[in-house]
Amino acid sequence: MDSTPRSRLLYWLALIVSVLMLVSLNLGMGQVSMIDLFTAGDAAAVWLILVEIRLPRTMIAAITGASLGLCGAAMQGLLRNPLASPGLIGSSSGAALGAVIVLYLGLSQHNWLLLPFGGMLGALVALILVYLLAGRDASIVTIVLAGVAINALAISCVSLILNFAPSPYAVQEIVLWTLGSVSNLSMNDLWILLPPTLLGWLLFIGTGRSLDLLTLGEDTAQSMGIDLVFLRTKLFVAVALCVGAAVSITGAIGFIGLVVPHLLRPLVGYQPGRLLIASAFGGASMLLGADIVVRLMPPGPEIKIGVLTAIVGAPFFLFLILKTRRWQI
Amino acid sequence: MLQLTSIHVNLGKQSILRGVDLQVEQGELLGLLGPNGAGKSTLLRCILQLIPIAEGDVRLEGSFVHTIPVQERSRKIAYLAQHGPVYWPISVERLVSLGRFPHLSSWQHLSSQDENIVETTLRQTDLWHLRQRTVTTLSGGERTRTLLARALAVDAPLLLADEPVAALDPAHQLQIMDLLRQYSDTGHSVIVVMHDLTLAARYCHRIALMHEGKLIASGTAREVLKAEHLAEVYKIDARYGPDDDFYIIPWRQLEERTLKNSR
Repeated sequence: MDSTPRSRLLYWLALIVSVLMLVSLNLGMGQVSMIDLFTAGDAAAVWLILVEIRLPRTMIAAITGASLGLCGAAMQGLLRNPLASPGLIGSSSGAALGAVIVLYLGLSQHNWLLLPFGGMLGALVALILVYLLAGRDASIVTIVLAGVAINALAISCVSLILNFAPSPYAVQEIVLWTLGSVSNLSMNDLWILLPPTLLGWLLFIGTGRSLDLLTLGEDTAQSMGIDLVFLRTKLFVAVALCVGAAVSITGAIGFIGLVVPHLLRPLVGYQPGRLLIASAFGGASMLLGADIVVRLMPPGPEIKIGVLTAIVGAPFFLFLILKTRRWQI
Repeated sequence: MLQLTSIHVNLGKQSILRGVDLQVEQGELLGLLGPNGAGKSTLLRCILQLIPIAEGDVRLEGSFVHTIPVQERSRKIAYLAQHGPVYWPISVERLVSLGRFPHLSSWQHLSSQDENIVETTLRQTDLWHLRQRTVTTLSGGERTRTLLARALAVDAPLLLADEPVAALDPAHQLQIMDLLRQYSDTGHSVIVVMHDLTLAARYCHRIALMHEGKLIASGTAREVLKAEHLAEVYKIDARYGPDDDFYIIPWRQLEERTLKNSR
């Protein structure tokens, strides 16, 4: 019925992502841009900087942002709660714990694949625990409570590991990693990130209509042919794959999954199904944008992108709570 | 059309439905009455297979409901939930068009035929002028009408409506009952859960009265809503209107002593 404005929105968002990716590729130390590929004398060096340093950073920022935006929109639709995000149901902190355990044990030095594997395993275990704790046919409140409990447990375990860290160097490594960053990443990191992320994205396909029907509540949605247990399982696994992979590569980057769906929701007529792709583009734009801001800051210690998103996101979260409170009055 | 045979439902150790037999014919508007906690909503949820049935079976058009594929079942039974929640402020038109989703596959968009059905339903329910409004800005009556329109748009042979007229003013109650009656007049079957005895007597072809998980009586309003049934089920004394203009006014609550004497 009103598909044209929606398509237009997606075109605009795709254009913004493309422009930001180009800016990101051409920005950085060394004053090297894509034009230098054709004009500079040492094309090989330019190619190295662009493809080996900037391309993975740009691609990982775009993919991670898209995953976080997509997962946030899906969780908000599934739980019918604008405050829901991947962090709420324990996946982010579970992934962080999994990765921190790998860092603590020094396993990543033996095999670099173990870090993302730890992250995904952590996210999956956290989600399975939430699911078991809440029960098969749990209500939204029970799932959220179970998520809060598992979140608290995972965060306290991370603190415990920091407490017993063998050396200040290990503490510093873990703390810096948990701050969240897309710098110093290689093509290897991109190849690790891609398979679980693409698998997760595939699982989101075809869930839009079910999320739309959940607008009418679980009973009505089920009466209209939605298999709620299957839908929840599918989305939880998808979120675990996407968030687990993203967190293990970039560290914890918060608030994208919360803020992006909220900003775009009015533009898609508040339909949870239509919000999915829009939020993926929105998340990619936001993380690319944040990374560009980080790189434009004056020289000195680089502000971690996770810190930046948290500094902007936390006040927004407070604003959402105040808005929700006003609705209740 | 719909046949329930000896339905038993347990919730934990508590028995919620205890051997309910009920039949609904094509084109019939059946009023399901009974006090709070009698098991009316549970019975509707049983038909929809939303809760497990401990014993008994539900047949729709001759087939066991649990054997009908979920997607096909969602096209055959439409459901209007009690206090139907709407979690996001979507537009009236979009909400009503959700009623066509059981007829579409995951990738299909609304066809022009679906859009025609949505438009017809919006006009029938007097919502056409409100179609661009968001549901959260509607009055109680408009909101109920919108949710009913969504259920009507499914165009299912059986509609289950759980207390659609609760908390509505008299004019809107009449409007909703008129819509349900029109729907049944076009060959659809409707089960409507309600509490207003007179409204049920005036609009429903047949009434089923439930109490403590059992079906106490079913039949015409005069057969079912008689004084002894109302005393037994609701513990009330009622006043009746003249024979050719049947209405019922709940008059006073009966004390336990009076009930024992009457027994």
